[in-house]
Amino acid sequence: MKRQFLLTITSMALAAGISGVAHAGKSDDTLNVAIDRELESVDNYYNTAREGIVISRMVWDALLYRDPATNEYLPNLATSYKWVDSTTLEFDLRQGVTFHNGEKFDADDVVYTLDYVSDPNNGAKPARNVNWWESTEKLGDYKVRLNLKKEFPAALEFLSGPIVMYPNEYYAEVGPEGMALKPVGTGPYAVTSVEPGKRYKFKRYDGYHSSSPKGQASIGNVVIRTIAESNTQLAELFSGGIDWIWKVKPDQAERIEAQGQFTVKNSSTMRIGYLNFDAMGRHSKNPMNDVRVRRAIAHAIDREGIVNALVKGESMVVHSLCFPSQFGCTQDVPKYDYNPEKAKQLLAEAGYADGFEIPFLAYRNRDYAEAMINNLNAVGIKTNFEYLKYAAFRDKVQDGGSPFNFGTWGSYSINDVSAITSHFQSGGKDDYSKDAEVIKQLGIGDSSVDPTVRKDAYKAALSRISGEVFMFPLWSYNTWYAFSKEVDFNPTPDEIPRFFTAKWL
Amino acid sequence: MIYYTIKRLGLALLVALTVSFISFGLLYLSSDPAIAMAGETASDADIEAIRKLYGFDRPILVQYFDWLQRAMGGDLGKSYYFRTDVSALIGERLPTTMTLGVCAITFAIVLSVPLGVAAAIRPNSLVDRVALFLSVMGQALPSFWFALMLIVFLSVNLRLLPTSGSDTWLHFVMPTVVLGYYAAPAIMRLTRTGMLEVLSTDYIRTARAKGLRPWVVLFKHALRNAIIPVVSLAAVQFGFMLGGSIVVETIFALHGAGFLAWESITRNDLPTVQGLILVFSLFYIVLTFFADLLNAWLDPRIRIN
Repeated sequence: MKRQFLLTITSMALAAGISGVAHAGKSDDTLNVAIDRELESVDNYYNTAREGIVISRMVWDALLYRDPATNEYLPNLATSYKWVDSTTLEFDLRQGVTFHNGEKFDADDVVYTLDYVSDPNNGAKPARNVNWWESTEKLGDYKVRLNLKKEFPAALEFLSGPIVMYPNEYYAEVGPEGMALKPVGTGPYAVTSVEPGKRYKFKRYDGYHSSSPKGQASIGNVVIRTIAESNTQLAELFSGGIDWIWKVKPDQAERIEAQGQFTVKNSSTMRIGYLNFDAMGRHSKNPMNDVRVRRAIAHAIDREGIVNALVKGESMVVHSLCFPSQFGCTQDVPKYDYNPEKAKQLLAEAGYADGFEIPFLAYRNRDYAEAMINNLNAVGIKTNFEYLKYAAFRDKVQDGGSPFNFGTWGSYSINDVSAITSHFQSGGKDDYSKDAEVIKQLGIGDSSVDPTVRKDAYKAALSRISGEVFMFPLWSYNTWYAFSKEVDFNPTPDEIPRFFTAKWL
Repeated sequence: MIYYTIKRLGLALLVALTVSFISFGLLYLSSDPAIAMAGETASDADIEAIRKLYGFDRPILVQYFDWLQRAMGGDLGKSYYFRTDVSALIGERLPTTMTLGVCAITFAIVLSVPLGVAAAIRPNSLVDRVALFLSVMGQALPSFWFALMLIVFLSVNLRLLPTSGSDTWLHFVMPTVVLGYYAAPAIMRLTRTGMLEVLSTDYIRTARAKGLRPWVVLFKHALRNAIIPVVSLAAVQFGFMLGGSIVVETIFALHGAGFLAWESITRNDLPTVQGLILVFSLFYIVLTFFADLLNAWLDPRIRIN
């Protein structure tokens, strides 16, 4: 009797436990996804994480939508747009669109959203996404006018992605705190549950407007869980608790692919690595002030070798301080081949035949940094390597404390040179060259709406940056994805996984 | 007793204040909190806006005393990262850590005290050797490796337990074993040492001579005296489990206070770090205080002293 009782209790407990174990996949039409960091907020305007961008595309829509394949701007919540003049945009809005909570989408939502997020007192971030327009006007129930502060050629890029539309009545009532816990949008997925930082559940929104360039979502449910440890993510994938992971390390991706039980894909991203030099002597009088030394370093680094051996995937060597698909980016600039002998020759000409010692700073990809250190050692340059957390790295660089450093920049997935080259070379805190000609050309490119004028100006700036090696672009980064063979998913170069385009196989 | 309590509380307050001040300073000195909060893609304007919004442009002492003043009124402030009340955030995460901590210390005690007693009863025997071997293994085995091995074996290969998360009691089995196993060796060795010492005393010989049953001699007389230092150690270990379970919580995706502490330090979320340090300090203080009370109950001589 006692034994039977214990057995019954044990079985019940085990059943209760097992019933809570996650079931993944096609069988319950739920795509279980793992991300590696806690989101500070699901509210699109109060987080800066890539995962936040991913969720934003699922839950909300913007006026336009950039097709990731063609980079064309397609109508979404706006059916059309017109440049009235170089600082005024007008939009005709789509009728018949409904938010997840039943509110109808109209011009009031656009005006409210844009006014709210552009008010600096509301602290929307990042500020660069929301600080370029002056005001918004309602011209009719489905027509709005956007008045820019000045010419801002990247306006359409922002209006096709980061600037999403909120329901005015709901947001006025709940604010960012409420939106973070119960998000409401017009997107292909509605949020059903938020456990802040831990887990987010989504259900396909069956009332999604049929004209959307995003298309109708096929998978019924998505659950996104935060699992910080990459090995745990892999274990969950192998044990069936998770269907989809990303940012898999290259060596792990290769092994998973070799097993043949999961689909492994790789895609390039807009992130590029670079070396930054103290060309103007901002830190001190040091070898980096001399262009011959900078050119020597450019020849000393075996970028192709590092990409093949370490970075791998779809990464490639880049020659300009931008990602090739970004508007205004050209690879037709002075190039530097891997040539240690030439590097030594240049160093000798600069008076460093015996090499020199210099501090070298980095905050990520330690293995890539160490590979470059080896390359530099081979031509006589000794580095005092300092590996810091990002905040400390940026602090030191922006305070002028680093004559030589290795960094990366993702451009926030903005497909425009202004998101990277102008950030680093327009005389700001990260600029260690502050070259007048580069600043002038970038200023022209950043403020004109004429594509030809912009391209010419950016080409001039990029050529000068390469010629003088103010900064040395290294390679593009890539992301590995691993997912269940039941899932049909295609990554895009902007590193924004679009679960609304995924399907079960 | 009252005087003792007041003295201990006063000391505890001083300790908590000192720890909070040092941690505040260290966090601030490690990097610019505005940059850590703004993130990699932030522009200078973003960072400056954050600096002004959160008062990072004020002198560090002003910031610290501002926080202290509010903390003393029960307001731990708002998390810079999550924009929610720190007290609510900690309240949400602490139960997971407490559950893990209680399970782990129970596991450690249940495993190590009987093992320590068995080892002491038969010194240099096979039981003793096995106990010492397990003790050495427990101290040498990196907890993250042990955790991953358990996941591979029990979750991936045998599909007996869930890999990560905290939805059911089954999710706590592996983390309990990993965390408890880390604490067990010290408890086992202290129990063994204490028992060896006590078993050779006159009063135990007297108890045996009086014809008392072996288990009465062992548990009512010997263990009661031997366990006193173990109680203090267990209290400290439990406190460590609450604040130091970062590795276990990260690997098993438990989203407890330990994981929150680690992530908050990384993102320079000062109010959350300060709130957690205050809470963990208070836990240590309360735990060691109750350990002292328990010891006083176990051994009346401590009360008199």
